[in-house]
Amino acid sequence: MEKKENYVIMDEVTIPYELAYGRTWTQFFDGFREEKILGSKCPKCGRVLVPMRSFCPRCFEEISQAVEVSQEGIIISWALTEYEYFGMPTKPPFIGALIKLDGSDTNFLHLIGGIDLSNPEQVRKTVKNGMRVKAVWNPEKKGHIMDIKYFEPVK
Amino acid sequence: MAKRVGIVDVAMTPGEETKDNFLDQVFKVTKEVLDKAGISREDVGTVISASSDVFHSGQSCANAYYWDAGAAMLKNGSRQDGESLFAFIYAVMRILSGSYDTALVLGVCKGSENPENDMITHFYTDPFYQRPIGINETIAAALQKRQYMERYGITDEQCAKVVVKNLGNGLRNPYAHVKKRLSVDDVLSSEYVMSPLHKLECAPKSEGFIAMLLASEDKAKKLTDKPVWLKGYGSSLDSFYLGDRDLLKGELKNAAKQAYAQAGIENPAKTIDMAEICEPYAFQELLWCEDLGFCKQGGGGKLIDKGVTEMDGELPVNPSGGVLATNPYVSRGLYRLAECFLQIRGQAGERQLDKKVKTALAHGTHGFAGQCHAVAIIGV
Repeated sequence: MEKKENYVIMDEVTIPYELAYGRTWTQFFDGFREEKILGSKCPKCGRVLVPMRSFCPRCFEEISQAVEVSQEGIIISWALTEYEYFGMPTKPPFIGALIKLDGSDTNFLHLIGGIDLSNPEQVRKTVKNGMRVKAVWNPEKKGHIMDIKYFEPVK
Repeated sequence: MAKRVGIVDVAMTPGEETKDNFLDQVFKVTKEVLDKAGISREDVGTVISASSDVFHSGQSCANAYYWDAGAAMLKNGSRQDGESLFAFIYAVMRILSGSYDTALVLGVCKGSENPENDMITHFYTDPFYQRPIGINETIAAALQKRQYMERYGITDEQCAKVVVKNLGNGLRNPYAHVKKRLSVDDVLSSEYVMSPLHKLECAPKSEGFIAMLLASEDKAKKLTDKPVWLKGYGSSLDSFYLGDRDLLKGELKNAAKQAYAQAGIENPAKTIDMAEICEPYAFQELLWCEDLGFCKQGGGGKLIDKGVTEMDGELPVNPSGGVLATNPYVSRGLYRLAECFLQIRGQAGERQLDKKVKTALAHGTHGFAGQCHAVAIIGV
């Protein structure tokens, strides 16, 4: 009754932004063009942070040293997305995962692929924490996080 | 605390969708709390609001839009974006500054109008690294749940019990949005959204407009016979990047430690009579109970198995139904505090606990997988 009497409008907002990568992230994504994954090594705690950072949030020191880390690592945790919502950039089904790359002290967030995702039950049986995975690159490089297509299980 | 700050009264809306507009609802709760306290708009010292307007409401320029409706016009006001329990302490500090006798805290969110929360929280990521991957709050929680289950042997059944408890509690709460009598099987047979999370393990999106009036000790005693006092507060924030954190060693422990120290609490499991915990995902109630010291690390599963956190348990958690029943995003911490306040006052209606509630704990969190936490202890 009251619900029918009150009008609603449908609204959609599209706003373009120009966002600066900055020096460090430009260097990180330049590495992608050469199929390299770079981390930043903190001069104080010695941790290697991936992706690269211009500072260590813990020690609060500037970081200038870039080091290449391995393209292989283990899955720390993973989640299978099975439904789609408005504006989603990656179409389901997809697997988001935290991956500890060899030589890095942080976990790298990316996708797990190279396996059949059409049967969720099968995926839940196949993919495991601790599984070794390696980066698969897109042939065309844009200096973008999706230059890495996904990480696939190491056979 | 040297000087005391009291909660005088509270007014809030139920969580379900209404066709009342945003401003009318801000006005409604603001007017109601002022009427309850018997003061006029002119008597309000300062107003602090919590909202996440750009993404959640898609209306106008944040607080500038609703200052008229929130009694802040022609006076002092400010806003906190993120989680309303952080706005609460901001208001407390303004009173403690000695400049104001009263402060009104607002939490405003009309979740029925925004698209899926997953779409909104997708924009809480950064645009360079995490956003193109398609990450959002639910995926982050799913990553956290899988680690929690593996590291401590927490089961899906134990997580589902949280849903059964909280949606069941919601049945007695007129402010609750989703209320249902469910079984563990019902929860586990609901479809996966982001596995290992089932749909029913994730909070809905709800409306939630809330106004809480705070006052200095002297003023609170004048405004009400039953003031409830802030005893302790703590907050702590972790790194933005999920990969920089151990998702099972968050900052809630640190926030709780500060709050307990201020409140003089040595054994929280014993001293705290009830708690309202912010659990947008069912397993988080168990994990947060551990971090709050209600049980040992990894003991969250046993805690729910033993019934400790049920309405009639030793330490009831979320008698309101929690965030799983009502999820008005930024307002949810203040809703937790409101339930603690009503339970202490004996004004929780049908869901009033069958025990004397003297000390209660309210928890708020925002950011992925519990990046930021706040804990408030209130009591008489």
